[in-house]
Amino acid sequence: MKKIDNTTRYERLRERYMNGDLDRRGFLGLIGAAGLAYGVQTPFARYANAQTVSQVRFDGWGGVVSEAFRKYAFDPYTADTGIAVVDGTFGGGDEYLSRVKASQPGEYNIAHLSGVFDYARYHNLGLSSELNEANIPNLQYVIPKLVDVFRKVSGGALSCVPYDYGTTGLAYNRKYISDAEMQEKGAKILIDAAYKGKIAGWSDWRTRIWFASLQTGQDPNGATDMDAVWDAIRAHRDLSLKYWTSGAELMSLLAEEEIYVTEGWSGRIYALQEQGHDIGYYDPPNGYGWQECLFVLKGSPMEACEELLNFMLAPETSIAVAEGQNYPPALDPNKVDLGAKIPTLPAFDPKGTLEGLTFADPAYWNGHEADWSKTFGRVQKGY
Amino acid sequence: MSVEAREARQPWILLSPALTAVALLLIVPLCFIVVYSFWLRTATGADQPGFFLDNWAEALTDPFYRDILINTLKIAAITTLVCALMGYPSAYFIARSNGNKAILLLLLMLPFWISYIIRTMSWINILGVSGALNSFLLWTGIISEPLQMLYNQATVILGLVHFLLPFMILNIFVSLDGIDVTLEDAANSLGATRWESFLQVTLPLSLPGLAAGGLLCFVLGAGTYITPLVLGGPRDAMFANLVFEAIITQLNWPLGSALSLMLLVVLGLLVAIYNRYLGMAQLMKGLG
Repeated sequence: MKKIDNTTRYERLRERYMNGDLDRRGFLGLIGAAGLAYGVQTPFARYANAQTVSQVRFDGWGGVVSEAFRKYAFDPYTADTGIAVVDGTFGGGDEYLSRVKASQPGEYNIAHLSGVFDYARYHNLGLSSELNEANIPNLQYVIPKLVDVFRKVSGGALSCVPYDYGTTGLAYNRKYISDAEMQEKGAKILIDAAYKGKIAGWSDWRTRIWFASLQTGQDPNGATDMDAVWDAIRAHRDLSLKYWTSGAELMSLLAEEEIYVTEGWSGRIYALQEQGHDIGYYDPPNGYGWQECLFVLKGSPMEACEELLNFMLAPETSIAVAEGQNYPPALDPNKVDLGAKIPTLPAFDPKGTLEGLTFADPAYWNGHEADWSKTFGRVQKGY
Repeated sequence: MSVEAREARQPWILLSPALTAVALLLIVPLCFIVVYSFWLRTATGADQPGFFLDNWAEALTDPFYRDILINTLKIAAITTLVCALMGYPSAYFIARSNGNKAILLLLLMLPFWISYIIRTMSWINILGVSGALNSFLLWTGIISEPLQMLYNQATVILGLVHFLLPFMILNIFVSLDGIDVTLEDAANSLGATRWESFLQVTLPLSLPGLAAGGLLCFVLGAGTYITPLVLGGPRDAMFANLVFEAIITQLNWPLGSALSLMLLVVLGLLVAIYNRYLGMAQLMKGLG
């Protein structure tokens, strides 16, 4: 049954009054009674176990990603259920975590988190919920490997559903850097003095350490020579024009030719290519793979959130969002026909095993988070 | 209750809404920040309540914070100086213009109708490699390759001047507008040239406005983090960026609280010195 909100109730009542089906005294009496009831119940509403949910808050990465969610998922969901989706944006998982920390339980509901390490951080801070998977039947279409890694972190239960995956690879302007040169130099092109002042990088400590590990020939999930890593980060800093802080800034720097090379998010670079910019994209060996999930925070209205997650995982919605945001969906290509565009997206794995991608090891990265994020903050500023 | 007692209570009653707002929105949050600065961040990102001096010891002894603070004060000082040099002639022109004063003041206020972030980002379209200035220089043949003008300390100062100049002009204007113009005529009639009457009469009388504008520009400039984020390069961070990073990126609210209090104390000292020698009344006039 479609849920109706108070505005609709009022409009219906007003229509009855205007049509003469309700006298003025009755109309005003009902309005007054509604106001009184609202005033009396409001202080206790938050204690109600089965409160009516009129909206769910969703926070994501903004830009083309948010546009795709709004167009292909939220608006149809609201039209179908009557539950509004209020969508906010953030520049990164750290920033969002800080906002959640400052909020009351229930204020934020669903977040489009990146990486299993983020999931683990939120879980370790006691912010995870427990999904009733029976309410999310479309979870059956998701690549099992993507689900299992989350289960391991939260003891078998799930606080999220996997939604998409992608890579952070090397993006370069083909006018100045050829495909052959990129493949030859790989991650080391970010510390190539020939491009001084035309290099950029994301101001994210994990990404910087990951690429510095590649530049120094180390395992990105187990670097042993951190001095070499920090030196590589310093070298990159000294050659860089700027550290970018959002996908929009990344796209602007490349499109305006302020820079020739940076690492970038696969979907954003694909969006630039779609716009006609001659930007190449290359995933070096052991490039940075990640999976994103829709994480439900503790204190959220679970049934409404589960309904939204199920709606978003429906193949037609998930494929439409994926085509809009240019990241492959978490749907298993062995179970779902993903159409024509998705197999052309960067990082897409037609087998559904994701064996070609290297994901961040949550234990390794979260174990060093406090130390490395602080050190990077200093190195970034010239120390 | 006697009349005297009632009259004594009246100002407090009238002030109570404002005092309540100040207490709830400023004093109480500030107290929270003070308490937070003595807590610790655990490895998982959770806070550990208690009374620890670690954050303060780090903030006060680590040369990293000291250097960035000095750099921040330097950028704020240069910005203030540029604002003063650019703002004084503009304010003088507005104060001495007959009939057009209201329109000129309206024009001065116009930038406030546009978001500060949008105004800051507009410089990317002006100074960028594909921006208006480079396009013009390339078109005229003055340069053959685009100049790299963005993402350095100069553009940070430029962005700050763009943001703060109206504050400086307004404060100087208020001061100049209050000066009796016949004083300059009197100086001229006593043999002073126009330049001498400006130097010996107008400028000294307008100094409180200049100082108030300077204080505002300095304090606002030293506390900004958007401008270096948008227009600065890797080495152009200011102190507020450290606070942002500690709180948002590192989730280290205790250290972020100590750093923000440190900046508050430094800027508070400047305000106290200003108040000691010039008083806050001029600042209120400018803000009003």
